[in-house]
Amino acid sequence: MALRKRTKIAKREQSNSSAYWFMAPYVLMFLTFIIIPMVVAIGLSFTSFNTIQMPTFKGFLNYINLLTADDVFMQKVLPNTVIYALIVGPGGYVLSFIVAWGLSQLTSVPRTILTIIFYSPSMTGATAMTVLWRIIFSGDQMGYVNNWLMKLGIIDEPILWLVDSRYLLPIMIIVALWSSMGVGFLAMLAGILNSDEEIYEAAAIDGVKNRFQEVIYITIPTMKPQMLFGAVMAIVGAFQNGAIGVQLSGSNPTPNYAGQLIVNHIEDYGFIRYEMGYAAAVSVVLLLMVWVFSKLFGKLFREK
Amino acid sequence: MAGYKGSNINPKKFERGQIKIIILLLPLAIFMGIPIVFIVCHAFKPIDELFAFPPQILVHKPTLENFSKLFKASQSADIPMSRYVFNSIIVTAVVVIASIFMSTMAGYALSKLKFKGKNTILEVNNMALMFVAVAVMIPRYLIIDMLGIKDTYLAHILPLLAMPVGLFLVKQFIDQIPDALIEAAYIDGASDFKIYRKIILPLIKPAISTTVILAFQQVWTNVESSNLYINNESMKTLAFYLNTLSNANNTVAGQGIQAAGILIQFIPNLLIFLILRKSFMNTMAHSGIK
Repeated sequence: MALRKRTKIAKREQSNSSAYWFMAPYVLMFLTFIIIPMVVAIGLSFTSFNTIQMPTFKGFLNYINLLTADDVFMQKVLPNTVIYALIVGPGGYVLSFIVAWGLSQLTSVPRTILTIIFYSPSMTGATAMTVLWRIIFSGDQMGYVNNWLMKLGIIDEPILWLVDSRYLLPIMIIVALWSSMGVGFLAMLAGILNSDEEIYEAAAIDGVKNRFQEVIYITIPTMKPQMLFGAVMAIVGAFQNGAIGVQLSGSNPTPNYAGQLIVNHIEDYGFIRYEMGYAAAVSVVLLLMVWVFSKLFGKLFREK
Repeated sequence: MAGYKGSNINPKKFERGQIKIIILLLPLAIFMGIPIVFIVCHAFKPIDELFAFPPQILVHKPTLENFSKLFKASQSADIPMSRYVFNSIIVTAVVVIASIFMSTMAGYALSKLKFKGKNTILEVNNMALMFVAVAVMIPRYLIIDMLGIKDTYLAHILPLLAMPVGLFLVKQFIDQIPDALIEAAYIDGASDFKIYRKIILPLIKPAISTTVILAFQQVWTNVESSNLYINNESMKTLAFYLNTLSNANNTVAGQGIQAAGILIQFIPNLLIFLILRKSFMNTMAHSGIK
C-alpha cells in the first residue's frame, strides 16, 4: 500500500497530464492575442501591405526607410518618445518609490488615505483623464491654469497650452507622471511594509545612522524583486500611455508633431494611411525599445 | 549610541518624525488629488457655475442636472446609454470571471504541477510582462478579422483574457502554499482538479482579488476594442461612448456632462479597489521579479 502511494507521488513528480488542461485556456489566449500578433508584426514589417491586396515581400526596406527617409520619425517622433520615456519611466519610478517609502513610515490610517489618493489617478482610465486635463489647460482665459497664472501676474494673455508645440510635450509628461503610480507603486509599498523588522534593528546596531542610509543599505536591497517589478511596470506604463498627445490636442498628427510619440506614428501609418507593413516595422521598433529599457533596469538591480 | 533607533516601518503610534514625512508628501498628494476633486465637483456644477468667471474648482450649489442631461443626450441619439452600460457590464463580467479561472488554473499548474515546457512558458510569460498591447493593434485587428468575431462581444472579451501580469502575481502567490499540503491531499486520493477546487482556490483569495482589480481596470476603461474591432454602434461600450462625448462637446456646457460621465466610470473602479484593497496589498507583498 505504502509502495503504491510512493509510486503515485513519484509518477506525479515526473509529469502530469492534467497540467495541460490547466494550462490550455491561458496558453490558447496568450498565443492568439499576444504571441501570434507579435510574430505577425515582425513578419509584416518585412512587407508592403495595404490591407486589400496580399502583402508583398520587401526585405528590410521598411526599416531602411524608417531610419533614413522618415524625417518625421527621426526628427520628431523618436526624440519625443525618448524624452518622454526617459522622464516618465525612471521619473515615475523614482517618484513611486519615494512616495511608497514615505507612506510606509506613517501609521495605518493616514497611510491608507494617502495611498488611495496616490493610486486613484491610475484608476480613472487614460481617456477619462484627458477630458479633465483639457478643461484645466484650456487655451482661453476660462482655462484654470491660464486663469491662475494671469491672476499671479506671470502671464498677460492666455496661452494655447495644448496647441502650442512648445508646451504639448511637457504637459503630456506632467499628465503621465500624474497617473504613473499604479500596480508597481503598490507592489513597492507592500514590499517595504512586508520587510523584516529584525534586519532593521540589526542594521541600527551595526551603525546605520539615519533614514537615508537605511533606505540605501537595507530597504532597497531587501525588496529587489518588487523594485524590478515596479521598474518593468513603470516602463510599460510609460509606453502604453503614449497616445495621450493625440487625445490632449485632439488631432493626429499632433500640432507640428510636437506631441507625436511612437504609438501615434503606428496609428498614423496603420489606420490613417493603411501602410500596414510600415506601421508594423514601427511596432517592432517600439517592442524593442521597451525590451531594451527593461533590460537596462534589470541590470541595474541584479548586479548590485 | 543615542540617536537613531532604526526601523520606522509601519509604526503603530504617531511620532513627531512622521510630521516631516507628511509635509514632504502633502504637496504631491494635493497635485494627485486635485484633479479628482475637480472632476467630482465639476460633475455636480449647475450651468452658471460652469460658466463662472474666474473658474472655480469647488462646487457651491450641487445639482444632478449634468447626470440627467447625460441620460437625455443619449436618448435623443439612436442608441440609449443603457445599451452601452449593458454592453460594458456583460463584457466586464465575462472578462473578470474568465480571467480569474484562467490565471488561477495556469498559476496552479505552473507553480505546483510538473509538465514538459513549463519553464519555457514561465519565461515567455515573464518576458510578456513587458508586452505593450498598442504595439500589436494591427496584427490583432487582422486576427480578429480572420476569426470572424468583429462586431461581437468576443472581440471585446478575447484579447483581454490572457493577462501576463495577473498570471505572474497569482503564480507567485501559489508558490507560498506548502507542497506538503498538496501531497497530503493527493495521498488521500484527491485529483488535481479537486485539489485546485478545494485547496488552491480557497487559499488564494487574496491573489484572486488582485486578478479582479487588474482585469476590471483593463476592461472597464478599454476603448481600443470599440474603436478598432466594432463597427456596429449598438455593440460598443460605455467607455467608448464617454470618449465620444468628450470629442463631440468640447464646450463649456458639455464639460459638466463629460465630468458626470467620467465620474460614472470612476466610481465602480474606486469601489472595487476599496473593497479588495487589503488582499491586493497582501498579494503584492509576495510579488516581484527574482
